[in-house]
Parts: sequence; C-alpha cells; structure tokens
Amino acid sequence: MPKLNVNGNAVEVEADSATPLLWVLREQLALTGTKYGCGIAQCGACTVLLNGAAVRSCVLPLAAVSETDEVITIEGLSSDGSHPLQAAWVELDVPQCGYCQTGMIMAAAALLAEKPKPSDEDIDAAMTNICRCGTYRRVRAGIHRAAGTTA
Amino acid sequence: MTSIKKLTRRSFVLGSAGAGLSLGLRLPLGISDAQAQTGFTDEINAWVVVRPDEQVIIRIARSEMGQGTLTGLAQLVAEELECDWQHVTTEYPTPGTSLERGRIWQSFATGGSRGIRESHDYVRQGGATAREMLRSAAASAWDVPASECSIARGVITHAASKRSTTYGQVANAAAQLDVPADVPLKDPADWTVAGQPLKRLDTADKVVGKQIYGADVILPGMLNAAIRQCPVFGGTVASIDETPIKSMPGVKKVVTLENKTVAVIADYWWQAKTAVEALNITWDEGEHAGVTSASIAEFVAAGLEADTAFVGNQNGDAPAALDTAARTVEATYSYPYQHHATMEPMNATARWTEDRCEVWCPTQNGESALAAAAKSADLPPQQCEVYKMHLGGGFGRRGTSHDYVHQAVQIARHMPGVPVKLLWTREEDMTHGVYHPVTQCKLSAGFDADGKVTALRARISGQSILAGVMPQRLKGGADMVTFQCFMPGGDHSIAYSFPNLLVEHAMRNPHVPPGFWRGVNANQNVVYMECFIDELAHTAGRDPLEFRLEFMGEHPRNVAVLKAVAERIGWDTPPAPGVFRGLAQCTAFASHIAACAEVSVTDGELKIHRIVAATDCGYAVNPQQIEAQIEGSFVYGLSAMLYGECTVKDGRIEQKNFDTYPVMRMADMPEVESIVMPSGGFWGGVGEPTIAVAAPAVLNALFAATGKRIRELPLRHHNLSAA
Ligand code: FES
Ligand code: FES
Repeated sequence: MPKLNVNGNAVEVEADSATPLLWVLREQLALTGTKYGCGIAQCGACTVLLNGAAVRSCVLPLAAVSETDEVITIEGLSSDGSHPLQAAWVELDVPQCGYCQTGMIMAAAALLAEKPKPSDEDIDAAMTNICRCGTYRRVRAGIHRAAGTTA
Repeated sequence: MTSIKKLTRRSFVLGSAGAGLSLGLRLPLGISDAQAQTGFTDEINAWVVVRPDEQVIIRIARSEMGQGTLTGLAQLVAEELECDWQHVTTEYPTPGTSLERGRIWQSFATGGSRGIRESHDYVRQGGATAREMLRSAAASAWDVPASECSIARGVITHAASKRSTTYGQVANAAAQLDVPADVPLKDPADWTVAGQPLKRLDTADKVVGKQIYGADVILPGMLNAAIRQCPVFGGTVASIDETPIKSMPGVKKVVTLENKTVAVIADYWWQAKTAVEALNITWDEGEHAGVTSASIAEFVAAGLEADTAFVGNQNGDAPAALDTAARTVEATYSYPYQHHATMEPMNATARWTEDRCEVWCPTQNGESALAAAAKSADLPPQQCEVYKMHLGGGFGRRGTSHDYVHQAVQIARHMPGVPVKLLWTREEDMTHGVYHPVTQCKLSAGFDADGKVTALRARISGQSILAGVMPQRLKGGADMVTFQCFMPGGDHSIAYSFPNLLVEHAMRNPHVPPGFWRGVNANQNVVYMECFIDELAHTAGRDPLEFRLEFMGEHPRNVAVLKAVAERIGWDTPPAPGVFRGLAQCTAFASHIAACAEVSVTDGELKIHRIVAATDCGYAVNPQQIEAQIEGSFVYGLSAMLYGECTVKDGRIEQKNFDTYPVMRMADMPEVESIVMPSGGFWGGVGEPTIAVAAPAVLNALFAATGKRIRELPLRHHNLSAA
C-alpha cells in the first residue's frame, strides 16, 4: 500500500505504482483542486509542489514519490487562502472559469519561492501553464502584486 | 506530522468541500434533500430569496463558465432590489424545478453572448418586484402607505414615524404577497451597483481549490467511466476483445453505447481509462474513412465557383458593376477547423433508476441537458433532474451538443441506482468535438477610373453550423448565421456601405461535426472583410483608417470605436522603428468593436507588442469584467490565428492533445488596452465579439511589416522571413 505525505499528512492509498499522483490526489484523497487538463505534462492544470518544486502530477507515477517527499496541493498552500498569491488573485479578480487557476497558483508559488522578485522574463519562462479563458495578463499582474514588484 | 486515516472511495463524500447545502451551486450534492433543506422558504419571488440573517440569494438561470455572467446578472437584480451588495450570494435553480414551475426562470441558454442581453429586462423586473414586496410588507406592518417608506441597502425606513426595519425581518411577510405587475425599472444613468467594476462573486473558492467543477463530482458509492469513440465520425463498433483487461483491477463492466462508443466502468477513473485504452476494439469506420483535409478543401473550393448560392446581403448589382469596373481586385481566404479545447474535458455524472434519472454536469444550457438526460434515460423530463456544475470553460462546446450527457446516462443505465461519472480523456475530447466550421471566401471588388470602390462581392463557401446542430433553424435551406458581420442590419450588420454589394454562401457540409465556437462565424468573416478592405486600401494607395471611414458614414458607433482605438494608439504619429500597425472593426453580437495592433517581425518571428481594443456594448454592467472578456478574447482569437487547426486524415481528426494543438501561453501574450465606451440605448454582448477583430488587426499589421498577405490560417504554416 503506497504511503505519501500530502499537505503535511501521512496517507496510505490503494493504487498500483504506475498510477499518476494526480489521480490518487483527486480520486482517493478527494483533493480535487488539482485538475486534469491534458495528462501529458502540457497544460499545467495538475501542478503541485514536490519538495517545493512545481511538478506536473499527471505524469508523475506513484513509484517516483516516496513517503518522505513533501507533496503540497492547492488545498495545502495555505490554511485559509491567505498565501500572498491567493490574496493577489482575489484582489485582481484573476480567475475566469478558474479551472487552470489552481495550477497557475502552484506554478507561481514555486517561482516565487525560487525568485522572490521575478522579472517578466522569469514569469514567461516559469509560467507555461495553459489558460483557455485568457487570464494571462492578470496572472502576470497577480504574481507581481504578490511579489511586491511592478511589471 | 499528523496521521490521517486512509481514504477510500467509499469513505468520503463530495470532494474536499465539506458538507455545504446550497442548491448544487457549490456542491454536487444537489439531490432532493439539499433542495428540501434550501427549500423555497423566504423566496420573495423566483429570483430573490431573503434570509432572516439578511443574506440575499439571487437566482441565476444562465451558466457561469468564466465569462462573469453570474456576477453581472446578480448586479442587475441587486440594483433594482436595492439590497446591500455585501449580503449577496447566488444559486442556480435546477432545470427540473423550472419545468415544474412553468419555466419561471425562462431560458437557461448561455451562448451567443446573450446571458445578460437576452434576460436583463426580466431579471431586473425580478429585483424590482421583490423590492416593492418587501416595502409593502414593512408598510403594512406599520400600517402606513408604502409610498412613504424609503429603502437603502436593504433597510426600509418610515421617516415620519422614525421607524426602520430590514429586508431580513420582513422577508417572510413579503413572501406571502402577490408579485406586482410591471414595476418601472431604473434608468441605467441612475445605477449604483450595476455599471460598477465590482469584484466577481465566484473568485474565493477558485483560488483555494474548492470550486467544484463537473469533473470533480464525487458521490457516495460512485463508479467511474472512460470511453473510446470510433475515431472516424459516423463509424461503428465491429468487435471488442476484452482479453487484455481480464485481470485489471477495479474494472466492473465493459459496455457499448449506440454501437459507436465503448465504455469501461471501474472503481476509479484511472483504472477505467487504463482499461478502455487496453481493449482491442475493431471499428467499422464507415463511408468517411477516406476523407482528408485536402479532399475537404477541394469540396469547399468548388462552392466558390458554384452557379447557385444563398444570398445573405445584396444591394445594387455587384456582378454587373464588377464586369464594368475599371479595375478589379480579387482574393481568396480560408479558415480551418478549430477545437474549443475547454480546459475541463467533457464529463457528466449520472444516476439512473427505472423511474428517476439525475445528472450532474457542466452545461451552457441546463434545459437542453435535461432534455438530453430524459431522452437517454427513456423517462419523461419530469422524472429527471440536472444539477449544473461549474464549467471549466464552455466556449460553445457545452451549449447545443450534450453528447457527454447522453453517454453518461446510457452508461448509468447499466448500473441502476449507482452514480457513474464519465470523464473524457483530452484525446477523446479533441478528436470528438463539434468543430469551428471550415469555410473559404472569395472576395472581389471593383474600382472606377477615379479609384472609387463601386462594388464588393463576397462568396463564402463551406460548412453550416445550423445544418449540423439545429437544422430546424435553416430558412429555406439557408443558414443565415453564416453571414454574421455581413448582414444588412441587426446584431451582426456590416458596417460598410458600398454602391453595389453581394454576399452569398454556398453550403458545403463535410462529415466532420460542426458546432458553435466562441465568436462563431464572426471569427472568419471579419478576417475576410477586414483583411480584404486592407488590401483594397493598399491597392488604392490610401491610409487604411481613412479608407475605411469613407464607407462607414451610416454606422456612427463603428466610426466612434474605430476612431477611439486610432486615437489611443496614436495613429497620426508613426510607431516606433520596426513596429507596424493594423486595424480591424466590426459589429458582432450587437456590440461595436475595433482594434489596432502593433507588431514587429524579426528574423521571421512575429512579436505582437500591443493591442488597443474598443467596445461599445450599449450598457456596461461590469466594466472590469468586460475588460477581462476583451483580454480573454484576444487570447482565444490569437490562439486560433497563430496556431489553431484541426486537420483530417483517414476521416478522423489528427490532433489529439495540446502537443499537436498548440494554444497561446503567457509568453505570447501582448499588452492589451481596453476602451469600454458604452453609448447607451442597447444591450450588446461582450464575451465573443472582440475575438473577431483579433486576427485581422494582427494580420493587417503583419502585412504592413512584411508585405505578406496571409490569406490562409493558421499563421504557423507561413514563413515570415523576408522573401
Ligand atoms: S494535466 Fe498535467 S500538465 Fe495537463
Ligand atoms: S480561467 Fe478558465 S482556463 Fe484559465
């Protein structure tokens, strides 16, 4: 029975080791904030933090995650939606349909952890997630606001 | 670190959201208990519920899919209601309840940028009548004339006797009163809630992962299903070999739907998906297995020269004027199939028994979803219900085609009483869409000896959406929607007047199913018109702005938006060295739109620096959300222009995922400046019209930069390096 550490909790799941982390999070841990968009690491909707780095969980088999690895999902990014990115997202009304936004926020969280004051070029390079509603301008503005930088 | 119990499919309910009780809006629980718990107590009228704690619940029949309609409609109701906006929440009535109550919420359709412009009068009436009922309830409690009671932010005051009360306190009494007829609506000039750039009501849950989309529905005891459909449209299942999945974990059943779709039902979706992909399925691909993009293009091209075609707009005698013109200009454009690519793939959850069927799904039209559920359930609609889930994008895909609902119900019929969630893979989604239709257009213009334009003829050939999805709306065989932005008047009128004009459509319908795709036929028709008029300006050696304005005298609102973008971009002063500009304008979805793009091309690489866009939508219900729609429209329209194309080979769509169907990402995003300039007196849409000007503004700028006239999309097939 694979063991995981998700949002600070030790959990056991029932799945074979080839199952992508995404489906364990969504189907067994009911952490449905992590989304399925493509299944091939193209869209970023499934982005979670693995030991602080942004990973696309749709292509990360359980076999590649050990119980000492720290998995953080959108539900665990803050206890009350108060992460600076979440606050900035609310202030700027960033989401449209919102489906891509949890992945956007997780990718941005990894970016800010590595580069607290990202430039526009840093944002372009790190934020390769797809948003079909077209929120890119506000996503960029949200990252700058959370970082205290201006575009 | 705390240890938590292992969670299994059976040991939790309803995602991570906990046990909330609103009517299916937040939670997929929408079953009858939840409804009973919300009930319709404190319902002032169909649109407004006021709770004793002052909470105001505004009912929204149209679907929220990102476009902001939910907040905009709530603003309109709240404006008339004169409640405190801080107390406003929303809920979706169910289509089944609406049916039971004589369609009291009218249409649930959310498409064609109509959510607000088609329902503003009756939803505002809902707010206004509720306000008067609340006022009357207070007045009769005090035994004073209602006319002496004033209202501000949900507080009712009788100044003479210095008494006041709140909406929450009189709600129950108000709910007993008859709904008054025809309460006058406010003049939009007096709006204080509508018309304001208020924050959306649906953001908080979206940034913490609590918003429940259709794909997130989890019900007690639920099973999961994945499907494969015959890759060739119209093909059928010949045989299925189940050997490869015999020992796969979790698999419950393999079922065939209407002989064209194979589904696997399993405990978890990942198991179902793995199993369905492992099945050996032999398809009978049917009569279209030889169709290719080239054969479709040839079929459509023939329509450009066909003797007969439907006429959409005509004045004078364009063919005769072209015959006698001193000079003619001709060009042929084409537009490929596009996929909606909503970020959330198609899905629906259904529970079926012999006398009841319930469906939880993302839909742009709850009533159509209910009809689809009833049909597949083989039950009267009165015995069915649909709980609308939040949509991870709609863009037209989930409005008229509820194929995924049909399938979910058919699958659930194999598991009576057990809820089953069907989720399509991205690959199924992309290869079984309802596609933006293919068309081509041959444009011809005549100039007289003085260089004046004497005639314009546009012959469109290609696919009709209506013929595919609602043939009952064809008029004498013609699909008038194919003439969007070329019409003589109405929501999609052409904004130019030419002495002689002929616009025709030769209908050519390939086997690939078409659908309404955000922007619909405005998308390609405005490319055709706006790029061609740019060609004409260039031929005439004239400034493209001044040249356009010469034909726009009868369309002052279009002139106003076009001049607004020209002024903001600084048309009268040259752009920075190496930067070039292009214009486009149109009337679409009843709004007047213009854009100016600034681009540069370096070593064959296009860079879009800046776009200025103006919208006159008549009344602007929420200006900051209109700006969001304008920005999003550029992403949608420029994704199509830069990359979007579904090609056909062996009768099937070749692109299966975002690796072969690229879309715009952050790094491609230009600076967009929006000018929202509502001139009043009409209600225009905002979710779609700007898409139409995105591509032609950039293509015209690209021509200015390179001298290359792109007439075939997408752009990625063209080499932009200097010749
Ligand atoms: S679902 Fe993982 S990247 Fe798209
Ligand atoms: S907000 Fe809808 S896909 Fe990004």
